[in-house]
Amino acid sequence: MFEKALVGSRKYWLWLAFLALLIFIGFLAFLAQLQYGLGITGMNRDVSWGFYVAQFTFLVGVAASGVMVVLPYYLHNHKVFGPVTVFGEFLAIAAVIMCLLFIIVDIGQTHRLFNVLLHPTPHSMLFYDMIVLNGYLALNVICGWAALHGEYKGTKYPKWVVPFIYLSIPWAFSIHTVTAFLYAGLPGRHFWLTAIMAPRFLASAFCSGPALLLIALLIAQKVSRFRVEPKAIDTLSKIITYALLTNIFFFGCELFTAFYSNIPGHKASLIYLFKGLEGHQEWVIFMWTAWLLMLGAALMLVIPPLRKNINTLVLACVMLFIGAWIDKGIGLLMGGFTPTPFETITPYRPTVPELLISLGIWAAGFFIMTVLFKIAVSVKEARAA
Amino acid sequence: MDRRKFLKLAGLSVTLAGGVPGFLNREVKARAYTPPPGALTARRWGMAIDVKKCWEEPNCNECIKACHHLHNVPDIPDKKREVKWIWKDEFEHVFPDKPNEFNNIIFTHKPFLLLCNHCEHPPCVRVCPTQATFKREDGIVMMDYHRCIGCRFCMAACPFGARSFNWVDPRPYIKDPNPKFPTRMKGVVEKCLFCYERLEKGKMPACVEACKKKALIFGDLEDEHSEIVQVLKSRFSIRRKSELGTGPSVFYLL
Repeated sequence: MFEKALVGSRKYWLWLAFLALLIFIGFLAFLAQLQYGLGITGMNRDVSWGFYVAQFTFLVGVAASGVMVVLPYYLHNHKVFGPVTVFGEFLAIAAVIMCLLFIIVDIGQTHRLFNVLLHPTPHSMLFYDMIVLNGYLALNVICGWAALHGEYKGTKYPKWVVPFIYLSIPWAFSIHTVTAFLYAGLPGRHFWLTAIMAPRFLASAFCSGPALLLIALLIAQKVSRFRVEPKAIDTLSKIITYALLTNIFFFGCELFTAFYSNIPGHKASLIYLFKGLEGHQEWVIFMWTAWLLMLGAALMLVIPPLRKNINTLVLACVMLFIGAWIDKGIGLLMGGFTPTPFETITPYRPTVPELLISLGIWAAGFFIMTVLFKIAVSVKEARAA
Repeated sequence: MDRRKFLKLAGLSVTLAGGVPGFLNREVKARAYTPPPGALTARRWGMAIDVKKCWEEPNCNECIKACHHLHNVPDIPDKKREVKWIWKDEFEHVFPDKPNEFNNIIFTHKPFLLLCNHCEHPPCVRVCPTQATFKREDGIVMMDYHRCIGCRFCMAACPFGARSFNWVDPRPYIKDPNPKFPTRMKGVVEKCLFCYERLEKGKMPACVEACKKKALIFGDLEDEHSEIVQVLKSRFSIRRKSELGTGPSVFYLL
């Protein structure tokens, strides 16, 4: 089946070569980081996690969102999702690999990574994160590959894979819940100390992930003879709409609790992010961009003619993806670390090497996603022919 | 019984006989440690800082100098990247949970000493994925620099900003290295360790010894007769962010 990835158009190879170049540049930047230390990034004593952990958190959501096509098909027999489940699983594989790479580049002593296995520590949430992320990767490799291989051979997916599929559904929720628990259980970080952290994570994941999947499917449709049923797109767009509205609602709940209670610690991070605090306005423009994009996308998606029009739908998906990426990526981290435990403000700006490394990892993710989608599309084309 | 079955059965028996009980009986606790003769020991080490005595010498930094020299703490000029084990800051930053515009005036330019609180329920220990930071039986929150992977989860978890990360190789920033204490490498977290290495030799922590005003009282918080308990019973003291439930072992006598 893998041979399908080795034949492709000129455009396909050019795209892969472009991604490989970005990966190479990122790898060189990573070598420089290994040599110099994490001081090469913008992170500091007070903002001790930055762009890497932000990308990690966001991508765990993208990975988890694969379940939004798997669940309706396997649990509710929503048939139009049948042909697209494998894409959800392949997207999850690419996203989890990016997550693992972002963790690897974030730690200070890279070669000691396996100390986490050597000294398993069940009271640390990172221990569970390691288990659920690697488990989820394995589940999606098994389920996605087995289902597609069935199709390749012209049969249904094998019976033995069914328990793995059922297991992968709650597992998807677990990866994002555990990731939220990394933040939500820390004393003294008011912005993160919220019981709806995990629900918020899931809501933003289930709009941004399927939005990316939808765009990827439409691209696949454009460059091949593979066709997605319009009804599948329609259902997916409704899932995105509900998840986005839930995400906005949850954020409203956070705003209410912080500002109606009037507790300074709960308000400070939000004020810093959206208005600026003590003359520091580093992220104000980003946060307003994020939320205006998400609100605008929500407005477009709840108006049926705009949601059903493929152009406005894609535009809304792009908008909410960027919005959720800024909000949950960098906003979550900066709000958590600001103000500092001394109620001071230490600004953070990612540096060029930090961004190059991040870009390299995103490129690696898109490389994997492209290859996997290419295989899936080719198998489906061959079946249809 | 054929050969295949026999081998299967034999393999299973060996696993059950040796492997499983071995796994169940595996030592999970750190091996009991016997302090050498003459060592200072306690059930829960703690420190009381007599703030008023400290203010008698507002420009004195002897404790900081002694600690940082002894422990090879690098002197990194970039404030955002600095490593510090013990340092000074103002009231409003040390006790941001007790905001009071008048106190802020009273305490203007009055330094408070900051160091790791060696919490009773340390969140840093709870989150560390490798047990590179752990709590000893005597209450000291320790660091294993050889095990730390540099994930900095402990820094996010510490509500006191007591932890520093080595963003770069610290060695070029150590002006006068002390060969008797290890230096650290880049990529690991470090902090005050209550001078465990001095207690072992029967000596008080370096900062306590260096203080000319005897403003730092170090002792066993679980010993009724210790000086620190006597002082804490008779004078008003506060702790940083005690409402978070971490149980700081550093007290500020006011």
